[in-house]
Amino acid sequence: MSILVIAEHDNAELKGATLNTIAAAKAIGGDIDLLVAGESCGAVGEAAAKVDGVSKVLVADNAAYGHQLAENVAKLVADLGKDYSHILAPATTTGKNMLPRAAALLDVQPISDIIAVESADTFKRPIYAGNVVATVQSSDPIKVISVRTTAFDAVSTEGGSAAVESVDIADDAGVSSFVGEELAQSDRPELTSAKVVISGGRGMQNGDNFEILYKVADKLGAAVGASRAAVDAGFVPNDMQVGQTGKIVAPDLYIAVGISGAIQHLAGMKDSKVIVAINKDEEAPIFSVADYGLVADLFDAVPELETKL
Amino acid sequence: MKVLVAVKRVVDYNVKVRPKADGSDVDTANVKMSINPFCEIAVEEAVRLKEKGVVSEIVAVSMGPKQSQEQIRTALALGADRGILVETDDELQPLAVAKCLKAIVDKEEPQLVIMGKQSIDGDNNQTGQMLGALTGMGQGTFASEVNVDGEAVKVTREIDGGLQTVELKLPAIVTTDLRLNEPRYASLPNIMKAKKKPLDTTNPGELGVDITPRTKTLKVEPPAERQAGVKVADVAELVEKLKNEAKVI
Repeated sequence: MSILVIAEHDNAELKGATLNTIAAAKAIGGDIDLLVAGESCGAVGEAAAKVDGVSKVLVADNAAYGHQLAENVAKLVADLGKDYSHILAPATTTGKNMLPRAAALLDVQPISDIIAVESADTFKRPIYAGNVVATVQSSDPIKVISVRTTAFDAVSTEGGSAAVESVDIADDAGVSSFVGEELAQSDRPELTSAKVVISGGRGMQNGDNFEILYKVADKLGAAVGASRAAVDAGFVPNDMQVGQTGKIVAPDLYIAVGISGAIQHLAGMKDSKVIVAINKDEEAPIFSVADYGLVADLFDAVPELETKL
Repeated sequence: MKVLVAVKRVVDYNVKVRPKADGSDVDTANVKMSINPFCEIAVEEAVRLKEKGVVSEIVAVSMGPKQSQEQIRTALALGADRGILVETDDELQPLAVAKCLKAIVDKEEPQLVIMGKQSIDGDNNQTGQMLGALTGMGQGTFASEVNVDGEAVKVTREIDGGLQTVELKLPAIVTTDLRLNEPRYASLPNIMKAKKKPLDTTNPGELGVDITPRTKTLKVEPPAERQAGVKVADVAELVEKLKNEAKVI
């Protein structure tokens, strides 16, 4: 068996999600090749070669792949992927955008967001907002799979010595082009890889009040997240949303502040090791998943928490 | 221009589904069914484009059992002009849905296909992207803003670090994210009028599509239950427990 893993990167750095995806590939077993498709992404290729467990790094360096446009990258992945038994990508927005397109070009039914590998053709994945776990078996000759990164421990970025090969394919479908992007700036850890996450919900009342969460976050080295209600109300930007339709996190400690705990939010955080809920409504569903619940007004409790840390 | 909107009949988002006792499938008998929330946003966006004068006709299409007619009627009540039901009682996986949609796109030749980014039952997030591959159209997935500009459409997409804008040549596919718009409610007169709008029925066989499932569900089970937690009296106790009992800070 041979597995092609699609690297997530920004042309300068290999993203952590790639390391979790390689861990899933290891669980399947076989030679693991890593594809780095981008523009001026040589440094990413070099870093990728050192990652534990990678046999070969394929670097497709071309302007067509610079912004990871799905139309172009999917074609490349389908071209290269024909010779592999498995194609894996992290279930990030980049992976989710590109991978199903590549799968359809190969005429296979992809499997989204796996949380466990049972065997080379059988996988577990959550459905219905994480209320049900399905075990699915694929009969396709090539298994195309996106990996829920929080379900697999990252492999080491050291210890590997893979050969780097350049790929001379330039697929530009010519139907799409990159216009621009607005990335949220933050010096706190990334939400999906943080060890501690503190999230605010509608109970925060406004965006300025999130300041009290930032203070706690800075003391704990935590990332700050939000429920959909807080995002929809315009308190914070959408990339902070934790839930079925936002980011899936599984930190050691998740602190939910002023969040009721709708099914859709729980889908994004209930695999956290320890969950703390601070809410003044003692009937809030969040308390049914919280290891430690504090029934209190968050505007008293959170500043007090900050001083006691 | 013509817009095709895909809508799916799913278990209502407020219902907490459970696996059947034998673990063969989820129990969907006698539960409330609705139009998938992301599909509702897709219909709304198509209707708004029509209200702006960009779009002249909206075709709503759904695939599945006969009852999926109800979701097409909902789309018609919200402002779609006519419906197409691809009727089958067999299991439809996203690849098969994408192939059926491709057959309908070939026939209807819409300039824009709008659909939800994922259905809340399968949580696959695949169909729009696969339709993109089969038709060769560009894809604007996870859209939070859509602007049609002559022969192109600009789509602002929700990505992990923030927002990204891409430009796609028409015809193109857009999949909707939650913040694209706030869907309207169907008014009673519009629900009545929707009953008179045309709804054609076809099936995968007529479309020439092989819908044989490629993956098999071996079992479904509830996720691991969390241990019941404790309520703490105050912040001091919380900090003490996190430090000494849970050892996470």
